[in-house]
Amino acid sequence: MEVGVLAIQGDFAEHIAVLGKLGVKAREVRLPEHLDSLDGLIIPGGESTTLSRLMTIYNLREPVAQMAAQGRAVWGTCAGMIMLAQEITENDPIPLGVMDIGVQRNAFGRQVDSFEQTLDVSALGPDPFHAIFIRAPVIIRVGEEVDVLSTLDADRPVAVQQGNLMATSFHPELTDDHRFHSYFLELAGGNGRPPRPKRNAGGNSAS
Amino acid sequence: MVEVLTGTFAVKAGHAQMLKGGVIMDVVNAEQALIAAEAGAVAVMALERVPADIRADGGVARMTDPQIICDIMDAVSIPVMAKVRIGHFVEAQILEYLGVDYIDESEVLTPADELHHIWKQDYKVPFVCGCRNLGEALRRVSEGASMIRTKGEAGTGDVVEAVRHMRAVQDAIRKLQTMPEDELVVEARDMQVSLELLIKTKELGRMPVVNFAAGGVATPADAALMMQLGADGVFVGSGVFKSDNPVQRGYAIVQAVTHYNDPEILANVSKGLGEAMVGISAKSLPEEELLAARSR
Repeated sequence: MEVGVLAIQGDFAEHIAVLGKLGVKAREVRLPEHLDSLDGLIIPGGESTTLSRLMTIYNLREPVAQMAAQGRAVWGTCAGMIMLAQEITENDPIPLGVMDIGVQRNAFGRQVDSFEQTLDVSALGPDPFHAIFIRAPVIIRVGEEVDVLSTLDADRPVAVQQGNLMATSFHPELTDDHRFHSYFLELAGGNGRPPRPKRNAGGNSAS
Repeated sequence: MVEVLTGTFAVKAGHAQMLKGGVIMDVVNAEQALIAAEAGAVAVMALERVPADIRADGGVARMTDPQIICDIMDAVSIPVMAKVRIGHFVEAQILEYLGVDYIDESEVLTPADELHHIWKQDYKVPFVCGCRNLGEALRRVSEGASMIRTKGEAGTGDVVEAVRHMRAVQDAIRKLQTMPEDELVVEARDMQVSLELLIKTKELGRMPVVNFAAGGVATPADAALMMQLGADGVFVGSGVFKSDNPVQRGYAIVQAVTHYNDPEILANVSKGLGEAMVGISAKSLPEEELLAARSR
């Protein structure tokens, strides 16, 4: 199995380091030909407007959208989630439109409002997941085919899955808990997709 | 209730990690900020005058008028940074109140304190600071900086000092990696840094926070040079808006930082950019005009 991490801007090295710890050597993707024969792709955190421009000029939009349509695993964290969305609340950046979700950028305010919080993610098991949100987006619309893996304050989805596609508002690559990366590798492995999570499973550990 | 933690090292250093592989551009008004965002900047640095003008005008350079900073924050959705004078913790309090996304405690402004830097641990807003070597960098990290940039020599368009400082940092880290444990105590004392932080740096094989290059980057090739030397990203001060064609040059530098190892792309983006900023050789500057020497 080979997976790639979009390496045009953002914390791609952090994702690659986690995948390395899980025994997977990941490929840096900067040009369309780097996507050849990949089983999965991670779009990392970064600045979504920058990612959007560079994906356009280096012709990465079409082939990444195709990967998603072909059923290969694609996971976006933070800016990556914005890029996967069907629509966002602003005109810029232009998302890829491959996941049936609507996203609002910088939904919690500016950097001083960035935060860490523990989430319940039942698809990952009973232990809560410590999530780091940095100028984070939230999902404001969830399509029919989309499963919510975790929510904040019981009603704000921050981790979702749509078949082979996954998106998180936060940054599992910044923590030592690698369960999301393992989950993604299962998706990329294609040996039986992980069980479809129960709709609206998760929520705060307080709930 | 679930505990919600803000202003932690993880969210402050994490924000810098999201800027990696990107270009942060100096802007003096909302119009320039919009151009920078359009050109693909990952953040803008709001200031009253770019370093080249600060150098030309002389006098005391201070924190930018909060009105200008607010106008820039309103104009763009990308992160907005702003500078405070070294040691001027009240300017920092004001910028934190305004809600800027990062504060640069910068030698480009006239220092307010010749001995002490701001104690940055207590702020929710993250700080970036300049360094000429690993010792300066780790001292700033001890004070609470969650991002470092090598100083270079701002406002010159001459990359030589940026290269010198980046090489100094990387050399020190390489030396550290092969240094036996029993020599670390003396090394920490000589560097005037904590042993703990030095050991952490040795273990990581890199600085414990993100390290950008700054001070003299004027062309896409300059930016790629700094990336190949080990920078996590690049600050461009006067280099964009003091050139003939800011949008095209800005966009070219952004692409050069992404594709820093690809000579074909570097050649393409370098074509037809018009005049770069007029440079001043850093060597021609008298000692007292060197901004990088303003803090240690």
